[in-house]
Amino acid sequence: MQQLEALLREASDLAQGAAVVPSAAEAEVERVMKICNACRYCEGFCAVFPAMTRRLEFGQADIHYLANLCHNCGACLHACQYAPPHEFAVNIPQAMAKVRGQTYADFAWPAGLGALYRNNGLTVALALAAGLALFLVLALAKSGTLLHAPLAGDFYAIFPHNLLVSMFGPVFLFVALALGVGVTRFWRGISAGDPNTAAIAETAHDVLKLKYLDGGHGQGCPNEDDANTLLRRRFHHLTFYGFMLCFAATSVATLYHYVLGWEAPYALTSLPVVLGTLGGIGLLIGPAGLLWLNLRRHPQHGDAAQKPMDRGFIALLLLTSATGLALLAGRDTAAMALLLAAHLGAVMALFLTMPYGKFAHGIYRTAALLKWAIEKRRPNPVGVGSE
Amino acid sequence: MKQTNLGTPDVLVIGGGNAALCAALTAREAGASVLLLEAAPREWRGGNSSHTRNLRCMHDAPQDVLTDAYPEEEFWQDLKKVTGGRTNERLARLAIRESSRCRDWMRKHGVHFQPSLSGTLHLSRTNAFFMGGGKALVNAYYRSAEALGVRIRYDAPVDRLELVDGEFRAAWVGQERIEARACVLAAGGFESNREWLREAWGQNADGEWPADNFAIRGTRFNRGVLLKAMMEAGADTIGDPSQSHCVAVDARAPLYDGGICTRIDCVSLGIVVNKHAQRFYDEGEDFWPKRYAIWGRLVAQQPGQVGFSVIDAKAVGRFMPPVFPGTKADTLEGLARQLGLDELAFVCTVREYNAACRGGSFDHTVLDDCHTEGVSPAKTHWALPLDMPPFYGYALKPGITFTYLGVKVDERAAAHFSGEPSRNLFVAGEMMAGNVLGQGYTAGVGMTIGTVFGRIAGASAAAAVMKEGVEHAAA
Repeated sequence: MQQLEALLREASDLAQGAAVVPSAAEAEVERVMKICNACRYCEGFCAVFPAMTRRLEFGQADIHYLANLCHNCGACLHACQYAPPHEFAVNIPQAMAKVRGQTYADFAWPAGLGALYRNNGLTVALALAAGLALFLVLALAKSGTLLHAPLAGDFYAIFPHNLLVSMFGPVFLFVALALGVGVTRFWRGISAGDPNTAAIAETAHDVLKLKYLDGGHGQGCPNEDDANTLLRRRFHHLTFYGFMLCFAATSVATLYHYVLGWEAPYALTSLPVVLGTLGGIGLLIGPAGLLWLNLRRHPQHGDAAQKPMDRGFIALLLLTSATGLALLAGRDTAAMALLLAAHLGAVMALFLTMPYGKFAHGIYRTAALLKWAIEKRRPNPVGVGSE
Repeated sequence: MKQTNLGTPDVLVIGGGNAALCAALTAREAGASVLLLEAAPREWRGGNSSHTRNLRCMHDAPQDVLTDAYPEEEFWQDLKKVTGGRTNERLARLAIRESSRCRDWMRKHGVHFQPSLSGTLHLSRTNAFFMGGGKALVNAYYRSAEALGVRIRYDAPVDRLELVDGEFRAAWVGQERIEARACVLAAGGFESNREWLREAWGQNADGEWPADNFAIRGTRFNRGVLLKAMMEAGADTIGDPSQSHCVAVDARAPLYDGGICTRIDCVSLGIVVNKHAQRFYDEGEDFWPKRYAIWGRLVAQQPGQVGFSVIDAKAVGRFMPPVFPGTKADTLEGLARQLGLDELAFVCTVREYNAACRGGSFDHTVLDDCHTEGVSPAKTHWALPLDMPPFYGYALKPGITFTYLGVKVDERAAAHFSGEPSRNLFVAGEMMAGNVLGQGYTAGVGMTIGTVFGRIAGASAAAAVMKEGVEHAAA
């Protein structure tokens, strides 16, 4: 049904040039935004509502932009005098989430792979199965056994360095390309304008601090009920910075390898291992916390159909860190090959699904925040407030 | 301190909006055990407070979200003006002074403030806005009340009170009798009691019952049951029993809980006609925030209780966007047809108005010199001809916000019976707002009265219980 809708939209776009038939999800955002724009009580929570007040009409580009600007914090739903059971049935977090999911799929590159968003739980499961199978079979094929005499943490005895580079290098480049093409198309679609230094600095600040999960007052946002909590923000920080530390560990190791000619294994006190361990711990606690919050989340927050995508991504992150830390703990044992294959399988699945899973939210939301930082520096085109 | 979850509560609070919650929190803080009865189910809790957005407060210097100063005397003069003197100065000044002191307490219970919203710059000096609006405030108070051990029951409409010589004994929810040592009534006015409204507004010369065509802007649970019970028990009343705060809302507004977003803010930018396509009042008499509250009554006095606000393309973007799209047409005839108005009469009215427009420098931010000459009624400001298509029309009907009739109280919020204050029965919020606001309105003053007298009623009820305890111990 969704695919049919997308096809119809596309066909109509082609036939009519600029005229666009909104999807059901887009039409719902347009409907609720018009109610919100006549109320405006939620202006203090986040950037969505101030951005809304700069508009009187909500075209497709505005809707895509606002949907990705929404952080699904939930504050406006609980504060809303028009939320269900009111007949206006305003649920901004849910309406925005549905359009977000649609934009991820519609802007995915190559276009055909956008379909992977529709059954994202299955996508993640298949990617993981493939990743694990690949490395387990490779390990068996290389060594003839998964249990071996201890190798003092020498991963390359199982998978030679060049083999890993030839596998992960192209995947990484593809991920960057796919997400880059997607977000570029999104950026052009919302006709965002030229960023200046101040706008870029503000966006970096808002992204790195997760400003819009603070509730507008610093006490956080709702999770299972209307009470505010900073836990989602904190667990997300652990996840994000844990991921970045792991990424830094790999980058430092790459420099060691190619620039300094120092080959793995590295000592427990070496920079790559320390960064990786800290990152791994962050990436263990963060996603575990996010999963716990996700399971307890108020049923009206966000789009229930996207739960498999959310949880699949969280599970992959958890699996990545858990296998990584297990590998560190067991790298001097006979199980190293097994642990290594499991870890690499999880990492491969994580990377393969990055352009076709929850990871994309960070990219699109950053783009939307950048547009907001540009837009807010311009005079308000709607002069309602001044009269 | 007594058990909070079992047995007879010290203080029974009847109602579940801002005033009730302020009373419950204050009584609990004073050490009383408190039971709060909210007539609505949990998802509709909070009464009209859920639709509010700010608190008018006195301040002598700029504060966090409040600019400049709003001294006691200015607040008092504003109140005197809007009520036309139908106010009790002692109680009014008490509310004003306390409004300068209550915000830290509100913050302690989880309320957050924000600067005035876009489109409300004129309130940035006088009114502190709640972040997320009144429902966020109500949610915060309920959370705080639960955390402090206030017992809360939803779906608990009280249908009668047991009073003996003006003293509270018990309240009845259906067949259940609930005793308490003291009671605070904060259960709102009677605006959602259709029969009572019908009676208050009466029948017009055409044989219509105007109130039958009203939308209720707030909760459907303010049926005035306790107001009536108090009147029958001989409580002294105050405020005009036939009056209600009445604004013009979009005719498509829901029957209840349309709240703020159904108002139509383009009246002063165009003309308003009745169902016979005739103008009936000066649309440009004064700034809209000062005039919106008279238009409900003006529309209520028209045949069929309906009006049509008409603007042209020049007005688009100059007013708060309406919640429902306007009827749109490229010609005046087309607009009349779509609005169900007589085409000839409508076009005639517009042409006559257009021809009467004088003056040149349109400025919506001042009382400008664009006015009409030779039409009746005149439009005294912002009169620009309706000549730039497309034209837009919005059907209007009266929307009732609240009623003024209340129970007479003193500075302890004690209900009065034949001039004597009750020992243990207190009233707060809309049920006594008429003491301060006998008629008229100014933004945020309902929440000022609710917050201040809610806290006073809670403290008085707790004090009455404590005093009773001392007397018992002495006896």
